[in-house]
Amino acid sequence: MKALSIKNLRKKYANGFEALKGINLEVDAGDFFALLGPNGAGKSTAIGIISSLVTPSSGSVSIFGYDLNTQRAQAKSCIGLVPQEINFNQFETVHNIVLTQAGYYGIASKQALKNTEICLKQMQLWDKKDTVSRRLSGGMKRRVMIARALVHQPKLLILDEPTAGVDIEIRRSMWDLMREVNRQGTTIILTTHYLEEAESLCRNIAIINNGEIVENSSMTQLLSRLQTDHFILDLAQPLSQAPKLNGFEFEWGNAKTLNVAVPKTEGLSKLFSDLSAQNINVISLKNKSNRLEQLFMDVVGSNKGKGK
Amino acid sequence: MNNSIALKTLLFKEVRRFMRIWPQTLLPPAVTTALYFLIFGKLIGDRIGTINGASYMDYIVPGVILMSVISHSYSNVVASFYSTKFQHHIEELLVAPVPNWIILLGYIGGGVVRGIVVGLVVTGISMLFAVITFQHIGIAIAVLLLTATLFSLAGFINAVFADSFDDISLIPNFILTPLSYLGGVFYSVSMLPDIWQTISMGNPILYLINAFRFGLIGITDVDIRIAFGTAIGFIIVLASFSLYCLHKGIGIKN
Repeated sequence: MKALSIKNLRKKYANGFEALKGINLEVDAGDFFALLGPNGAGKSTAIGIISSLVTPSSGSVSIFGYDLNTQRAQAKSCIGLVPQEINFNQFETVHNIVLTQAGYYGIASKQALKNTEICLKQMQLWDKKDTVSRRLSGGMKRRVMIARALVHQPKLLILDEPTAGVDIEIRRSMWDLMREVNRQGTTIILTTHYLEEAESLCRNIAIINNGEIVENSSMTQLLSRLQTDHFILDLAQPLSQAPKLNGFEFEWGNAKTLNVAVPKTEGLSKLFSDLSAQNINVISLKNKSNRLEQLFMDVVGSNKGKGK
Repeated sequence: MNNSIALKTLLFKEVRRFMRIWPQTLLPPAVTTALYFLIFGKLIGDRIGTINGASYMDYIVPGVILMSVISHSYSNVVASFYSTKFQHHIEELLVAPVPNWIILLGYIGGGVVRGIVVGLVVTGISMLFAVITFQHIGIAIAVLLLTATLFSLAGFINAVFADSFDDISLIPNFILTPLSYLGGVFYSVSMLPDIWQTISMGNPILYLINAFRFGLIGITDVDIRIAFGTAIGFIIVLASFSLYCLHKGIGIKN
């Protein structure tokens, strides 16, 4: 069963800008799917169309088999949206925001109260239920939007940069929440600029650039295309210049730091043994950049200018 | 999808909104109208005498009540729907399976309830100064409901096209208030020179105020059937246009 099926979706704005150029995309039920792309690539337009906030120029969208044009109510009932910007009434209490959304989905009062309590507890907001929302911290506001999106128990949850601007601790706790929601059977589509987030959470991925899907595969397949890993090495003794070793490319960072490109064919064991042979001792190492980030830059970079 | 639950939710939200800020929404009309009755009705009115057989105080009461209903039902919807757009929480409704007619009915219902509550408050204040005989109560209630509905719809359309807070104050300040004051609230249209009588007949608020006055004290300058016809006609046109705007996403969708 496809949670989302998009066929030949186009959007041309009144000013002539073509945000989507006939994209096709499918997301399986139960998936945790990343939709990535640089700013202005068309992600938000695509999400806007899926969640009925933007009118498409042509093409079709179906949600769990319901066509968004002809079976609008059924299709909409399947979706929960966590938008990029805070978009609830800042003068309402947390409880009323979530409860009201349940009412819009036609959930009877008793059940709506129950769902509201479950969602607020799940988002660790139950003790804030009577707080006027403008008094909440940024992280709490984001969690209110997730609780609101979940209150009607959607089958498809769309998270549009849900952790933008929140600190690392809250981001990690939100990752746990998202994993738990997905584990309970909800399909999740995530857009984010934190590629570490996408790599950590998502099983499948699509990259959109200049209004076109330029990559669509599983995360594992995509990452396996990386032929070289880049590391930063912290050294025990200072070096005056980068060493020369066959098969590895070094870049001298400073006296006690080296950047190294390690081809998958060579591996870290060979690197360490070759360095030891030259009396260079490594204290620690870390990835120079996130692996997905590297691939993302490659994919987006190679498509630069195509749509212009 | 249970549309009645969605409608009830939206309506309750709208009523809760204006009740929560009652010092801004319900108290001002009480104070303003008390001043109208005191200054125009009592201090000046005692020197004017009667109009069409009614004391000046009794004569102005229906117009003052309906003027409050007009301005508050309009301002409730225009302020609420525009701030919903401005803060983007209109998206809460757009992503949910709520039909457009429920969205319209919910906002108009909120405006009508505010109009009625304000009407009752002002009626209560007026009873401290005048004796209201409720000559044709059914007609008075019908005019009250039609007026609140009509101006709630007008407020909704204003909010749909508004791009700034300035846009939501232009029509109330420069169209509604002048039309209300020139709609025979404080005078009988028969007191005007012929040319102004003719011009006044083009003011729809004149018909509504006279029909409401007929309902409360049994006096009117116009045929009240025209008042009902005008109100119903405008309601049909404005409701159809509002639904068209929602369907096309004008002012709310890209």
